[in-house]
Amino acid sequence: MSTHTLSVLVEDRPGVLARVAGLFSRRGFNIHSLAVGPTEVAGVSRMTITVDAATQSLEQVTKQLNKLIHVLKIVELSDAASVERELAMIKVSATGGHRSEIIEIADVFRAKIVDVDADSLTIEVTGAPEKLAAIERLLAPYGIRELVRSGMIAVGRGAKSITEGRWTRLERTA
Amino acid sequence: MEITGAQAVIAALEHQGVEVMFGHPGGAILPAYDPILDSPIRHVLARHEQGAGHMAEGYAQATGRVGVAIATSGPGGTNLVTALADAHMDSVPIVAITGQVPTGAVGGDAFQEADLTGITMPITKHNEMIRDPDRIAAAVAEAFHIAATGRPGPVLLDVPKDVLNATTTFAPPERLHLPGYKPTVRGHSKMVREAAQEILGARRPVIYAGGGIVKSGAHEELLRLAELADLPVVTTLMARGAFPDSHPLCLGMPGMHGHWTAITAMQRSDLLITLGARFDDRVTGNLAQFAPGARVIHVDIDPAEIGKNREPDVPIVGDCRVVIEQIFGHLQAALADRDKPDLRPWWAQLDAWREEHPLRVDQQPDGPLKPQTAIRAIGERLAGTGIVVSGVGQHQMWASQHIRYERPRSWINSGGLGTMGFCVPAAIGAKVGCPDQTVVAIDGDGSFQMTLQELATARTENIPVIFCVINNGTLGMVRQWQELFYNQRFSQVDLTYDCPDLVKLADAYGCVGLRCERGEDVASTLDKAFAVGEAPVLVDFRVARDEKVFPMVPAGGSNDDIIESAQQWYAKAAAGAEGEAGEPGGAALPSDMREGDAV
Ligand SMILES: Cc1ncc(C[n+]2csc(CCOP(=O)(O)OP(=O)(O)O)c2C)c(N)n1
Ligand SMILES: [Mg+2]
Repeated sequence: MSTHTLSVLVEDRPGVLARVAGLFSRRGFNIHSLAVGPTEVAGVSRMTITVDAATQSLEQVTKQLNKLIHVLKIVELSDAASVERELAMIKVSATGGHRSEIIEIADVFRAKIVDVDADSLTIEVTGAPEKLAAIERLLAPYGIRELVRSGMIAVGRGAKSITEGRWTRLERTA
Repeated sequence: MEITGAQAVIAALEHQGVEVMFGHPGGAILPAYDPILDSPIRHVLARHEQGAGHMAEGYAQATGRVGVAIATSGPGGTNLVTALADAHMDSVPIVAITGQVPTGAVGGDAFQEADLTGITMPITKHNEMIRDPDRIAAAVAEAFHIAATGRPGPVLLDVPKDVLNATTTFAPPERLHLPGYKPTVRGHSKMVREAAQEILGARRPVIYAGGGIVKSGAHEELLRLAELADLPVVTTLMARGAFPDSHPLCLGMPGMHGHWTAITAMQRSDLLITLGARFDDRVTGNLAQFAPGARVIHVDIDPAEIGKNREPDVPIVGDCRVVIEQIFGHLQAALADRDKPDLRPWWAQLDAWREEHPLRVDQQPDGPLKPQTAIRAIGERLAGTGIVVSGVGQHQMWASQHIRYERPRSWINSGGLGTMGFCVPAAIGAKVGCPDQTVVAIDGDGSFQMTLQELATARTENIPVIFCVINNGTLGMVRQWQELFYNQRFSQVDLTYDCPDLVKLADAYGCVGLRCERGEDVASTLDKAFAVGEAPVLVDFRVARDEKVFPMVPAGGSNDDIIESAQQWYAKAAAGAEGEAGEPGGAALPSDMREGDAV
C-alpha cells in the first residue's frame, strides 16, 4: 500500500463527481483527498485525487474509472515528476505572550496571517503535504481551534500539458 | 416543427430503428405513452417492470439489437433495477427510459420520486437525467451508441415530466459528442503476432471462449481459427452455441458445473487462448490453483477485464471478431511454410477423457422422471434449431450441459447475476425479436414464480413461447448445497409440487397447460406442446426432487477437485471423516471456503 496521486480530467456534467467518488468506494478504496476545479479548457474539470492503494489494485480502479463516459483522461502523477500543493488555514489560540512566537513560525513557513482576533490568529499556508504537516505540528502546542485543508492539487513538471490529447479532437459522426 | 419532449423521445427511438419496446405506464411517463399510440413502434405491456427489463434483455440477446424498456418514475424505475443489474453483468445492450418527477420537484421527495440515476449508477454502463428538452435527440442517440458498442451494457435515460411536456424540435444529431468514449477495436499488432507465436508453440492449447464471441459476432472467425490449428474449444455459460457443440473440437462448458473434459483440459493446458471471457470465479474455481501451467492470451474489448483476475502473458484489447481475424492472418501466414503444431498427443488425451467422463443420467425406465431426461428430450426435439432461455438453478445447469447448442444466440440465460425470474420475460422478449424461431423457456418452479405474471403478456400479445417448468417442488440448487455442504439440513427450500397447480394456472392465463410425470410420456407431451404453435404453452414437468447437478467443483475449491456423482461425493466425505476429526460430515467445506458462496 502506498499513496498515489491521480489527475482525472472529466467533462463538467451533473453527477460526475458522484460517479468518480462512488467508483472508488464501491471498489473498496479510501479517498484521502479530492480537489475539483475548472481547467483552461471550457467544459473540462480536473480532479486531483489522492488514494491509498496497492499498485495493482490502483491499476484496476484506474481502468474502471476510464470506463466512465465522462472521464476523459487519467494520469498518475509521481512525486518526482510533479509539483504538489495544498492550502491549509489554521486558526490557532494566540493569547498573551505566544503571539509573536506564532507569527515567527508562520514567517518561517512563508505563511500568511489572514485573520486576527484578540484570542486567535488564522494562518494561511501553502505547500506540499509534508510542509503542512510540519507547521501543524509546530502550532499544535498553542492550541489549534480549527484546521481546514483544500485537498491537494498537482501539476506535472515541464512544458507538456495533460489537456493535450486525442480526446480534445474526438468527435464521432453519428 | 415544434413537438413535445415526449414526441421527441418517441421520434428519437424511431430514428434508432426501434421496432418494439417493453414497458409499463405511470404518472411521470404518461406524456410519452400518448405519442406511442401514433408510432409504428410496438409496445408490449409487461405486468411488472422487472419483466419489461428482462424482455428487453431477451430481445437484445436473441437479435443482437438494442432492447428498449420504458417505465414510470419511482417504483417503476426501481422495479427495473434487477434487470439493469442483470444486463450490466452480462453485457446486454438495453436502453431504459424512465419518467421522473418534474425538474422543479426533483430532490424534494415528491410523490413517486426516486433518485434513479443515483440508484442505477453502479449497475448501468451509463445513465443521464435529461434536464433540457433540446437534449433529447442527442441523449437518445448517445444512449444507443453507448449501449451497443464496446463492451455492451444497459443505459438509463431518466426524463422529468416537465421535460416530456416541454416544447422542442427533433433533429437527429449529425455527430455524437462523446469525447471520453472510444472503445479500442483493433488489437495491438505486436501483441497479435505474439499471440500467434504462442499458439504455434503450445502443446496443450485450449480456446476459452466467452460471451464476447457472441457479442462481437465472432463465431465464424472462432470456427476458422480453431479449425486452422485443431484447437480445442470450451464455451462458457455465456458463450454456449458460440462454437457448435457437435463439432469434434468442442469440449463443452467449463466451470463449476461444466463438462469434466472442458474443466480438466483447462487445468492441464499450457496455453489458454481467452477470447471475450473474464476468468469469472464460477469458471476458475480457486483462482490460485486455476490452470497453473498455462500461459494466457487474453483478448477483451474491456481493458479493465485484462489482468483483473488472471495476469495474462499476452494482453490484447480489442473486439473479438477483429482480433481473431488478425491472429488468424498471422497464423495462416506462418503455417504456409511450416507444419501445424503436433497436437496429436493432446487430442489423444482429450478424446480419452471424453470417453471416460461423459455426462451421466441414470433414468430408470419405471422410475420417477429425471429432470435431465426432460431437458435432454427438449434438446433433441429442437435438434439445434430454436432458442432456449433458462431460469436460474439446477435446471439452468442441466439445460446448459445436456442440450447441444449449435448457433450463437440459441442459448439465453442470466449468467453473471444469476437472476431467478429472468426466464419467462426474457423468453417473451426473445420470441418477439425472433418470431419465426421456436422459443423454449426452461424454467425452475422457484424461478418461474418470480415472474410468472408475464404469462398474461405472452397470452394477450400473442407471443407463443413454450414454457417448460422443471418442477422439482423445491429450490433445487439451494437444496443441493444444503445437502452437500450443510449436512442435509434442509432449510426453507420446499415449494410444494402442486402449489400452484401449473395446469390450472395455464388455464387461468389462457395458455395451453400440459403435465408430464413419467419418462415414457415426455415425447408425447413435447409432441403436443410443439404442435400448439399459436398460443403460449405451459408444461409442468414433475420431476424427481433429489437429483443433483454434477460435475461439480465446490465453490472456492480447485478445479482439480471436480466431483462427478453423489456417490463420489459421499465416498470422499466418508474418507474425509475418517482422516480429519472435527469437521462435521467430513467433506463439508472449511468455513473460509464458503466465502462467496452465492448460489
Ligand atoms: C432472485 C434470486 N433469489 C435467490 C437466488 C438464489 N438461488 C439460486 S438457485 C435457487 C433455487 C432455484 O430454484 P428453481 O428455480 O426451482 O430451480 P431448481 O434449482 O430447482 O432447478 C435460489 C433460491 C437467486 N439466484 N436469485
Ligand atoms: Mg425447482
